[in-house]
Amino acid sequence: MGRADPILSVRGLSTAFSGDRGNVTVLDDVSFEVGRGQIVGLVGESGSGKSMTALSLMGLVPQPQGRVSAREILLDGVDLARLDGAGMRRIRGGEMAMVFQEPMTSLNPVRKVWEQVGEPLAIHQGLGRREIRARVLEMFELVGIPEPKSRLDAYPHQLSGGLRQRAMIAMGLICEPKLLIADEPTTALDVTTQAQILQLMRDLRDRVGTSIIMITHDLGVIAEMCDVVNVMYAGQIVEQADVFDLFERPAHPYTRGLLASIPRANEPRAGRRMPSIPGMVPNLAKLPPGCRFAPRCGDAMPLCTRAPELAALGAGRSARCWLHAPDAAQPLEEMP
Amino acid sequence: MTHTAKAPPAPAQDEILISTRDLTKHYRIGGGLFGGPARVVRAVDGVTLDIRARETFALVGESGCGKTTLGRVMLRLQEPTSGTIRYRDTDLTDLGEGALRALRKNLQIVFQDPFASLNPRMRIEQILAEPLRSHGYGTPAEIRERCTELLEMVGLRRQYLRSYPHQFSGGQRQRIGIARALANKPDFVVCDESVSALDVSIQAQVLNLLGDLQDQLQLTYFFITHDLSVVRQFADRVGVMFLGRLVEVGTTEELFAHPQHPYTMLLMSAVPRPDPRRRGEPRPMMQGEIPSPMNLPKGCRFHTRCPFARDICRAEEPMLQTGGGPAVACHFPLEG
Repeated sequence: MGRADPILSVRGLSTAFSGDRGNVTVLDDVSFEVGRGQIVGLVGESGSGKSMTALSLMGLVPQPQGRVSAREILLDGVDLARLDGAGMRRIRGGEMAMVFQEPMTSLNPVRKVWEQVGEPLAIHQGLGRREIRARVLEMFELVGIPEPKSRLDAYPHQLSGGLRQRAMIAMGLICEPKLLIADEPTTALDVTTQAQILQLMRDLRDRVGTSIIMITHDLGVIAEMCDVVNVMYAGQIVEQADVFDLFERPAHPYTRGLLASIPRANEPRAGRRMPSIPGMVPNLAKLPPGCRFAPRCGDAMPLCTRAPELAALGAGRSARCWLHAPDAAQPLEEMP
Repeated sequence: MTHTAKAPPAPAQDEILISTRDLTKHYRIGGGLFGGPARVVRAVDGVTLDIRARETFALVGESGCGKTTLGRVMLRLQEPTSGTIRYRDTDLTDLGEGALRALRKNLQIVFQDPFASLNPRMRIEQILAEPLRSHGYGTPAEIRERCTELLEMVGLRRQYLRSYPHQFSGGQRQRIGIARALANKPDFVVCDESVSALDVSIQAQVLNLLGDLQDQLQLTYFFITHDLSVVRQFADRVGVMFLGRLVEVGTTEELFAHPQHPYTMLLMSAVPRPDPRRRGEPRPMMQGEIPSPMNLPKGCRFHTRCPFARDICRAEEPMLQTGGGPAVACHFPLEG
């Protein structure tokens, strides 16, 4: 199997919640792939659906309010969309693992770190305590926890934020998953600790070949880490591109606006006012008709009241925008 | 005259609006009945700083460095352990409760999480009227008029006066937090991570608003943040704080273009760059963890993480050389 055969292929993933005020679709027809050994980014602002994509893939959307559907979710050839609860439990933490933003809230404060980090081994491989402890020690060394032996019996509060996140990554990787989903893994960390954790994740990909989905709101993290990027807005993927193409030639007006409005530490101040995107992210319960970005878009045209599809632009790029849709080329040129 | 609260007289160019001399804030931890031996956390440990009228002075540093404590002590929201704070001609340090209360309307703070700092049961009008009333702004009609004016000043419609905080987005709530801080026409505003929780597209809007208000109202900002990108695009001068002390102070451009303290340089090099073409570039990375503020290392506080530390750094603490120009607390400052 070559690189052409992706480790993960998601087709038509949609997630909706039913509540007092009716149904709200939080993910709408999300499709993307993760190549073997690739780091694939999901980037977007709050409410864009990036974390919900992760929870939907992991089978962690709260039931019964949440409803997840997909044409297929192929993880190394196995269709997760067809698995039942027991089937997903065998996958979760084993072949597919997740690292969350806040390591303190995802660790049990009254259990020793090694027991928690090693728990997936007990669940998925039925190993005994001695073997698990030895394996956790190896993982601690792999993720660069200093004095790993002495940390095995620590409790979570005795570790710094950076060490806790390393321990969480160790837990995610302990069953050698085919895919690691990292949801804002460095957002709660200081910038110097963040740099260390990002370095660690890059190393793991290079040395162990772990495929990673990197979920973040930070385009700096995307630029440092990812091979391929999916930009999300209001529950949809609006642009897919190779990371270099995305930053050099963003196709979707939202991507362009986002790239323009990020403050840059490595460039002198541009002027008194920063470019920003007017308006705000739409309420998912009251979406505008047609393109969801149109009300904030400087390029909006009459056609945008119709919903654009995510259309291929060649060279692995796609955008959900009438500016780039082939059948919209005519009306576009007619615009004054 | 509708406004009984007069704006303070405009200070002359380059006038120092607020300054601290050897300001410290130490906390005792433990030492009680069950607390074990008492230990002292030196959250702020000797800060001498002049803030000029109408400038934006950014205070940056990692979590636990004491930046939030410094902001609060400067406003005497927390009592300093020693040292002095001067605001215009007044020594804030030995000001009595009543006089301090009267002066407070000139000295305000905008917090990070606007939702946590707005009473959920109060309508926006009540939230904005409260500080006006407590400082005897004027008649109910005048207060109402001022509330409308404040709301429009931060770019919100007057209809929102009747709404409750939960009806607003994060960006709108931060606008309300700003309006409330500006109610009594302060001239010094501490912004404590005021845009850190906002999405990028909204963050740029709020920063532009803060910039516009500064120009219109002649405000001086003490801008506390961990985000170096925002600092470079927004601040006039920067102070870098490490373990309770300023290690470097300079104009934004000097500091970013030619950092002199190794800590400043390492902090900057850790910021993820939104430019994938530069991802391969080798860059210096900070090792290890921040020492505990309860157990400061001898000599320079940074020497345990400093790649350039020599014998003198482990023995003697370098002091910040203050004067008009840039200042650095390092035995071997980097050359520009």
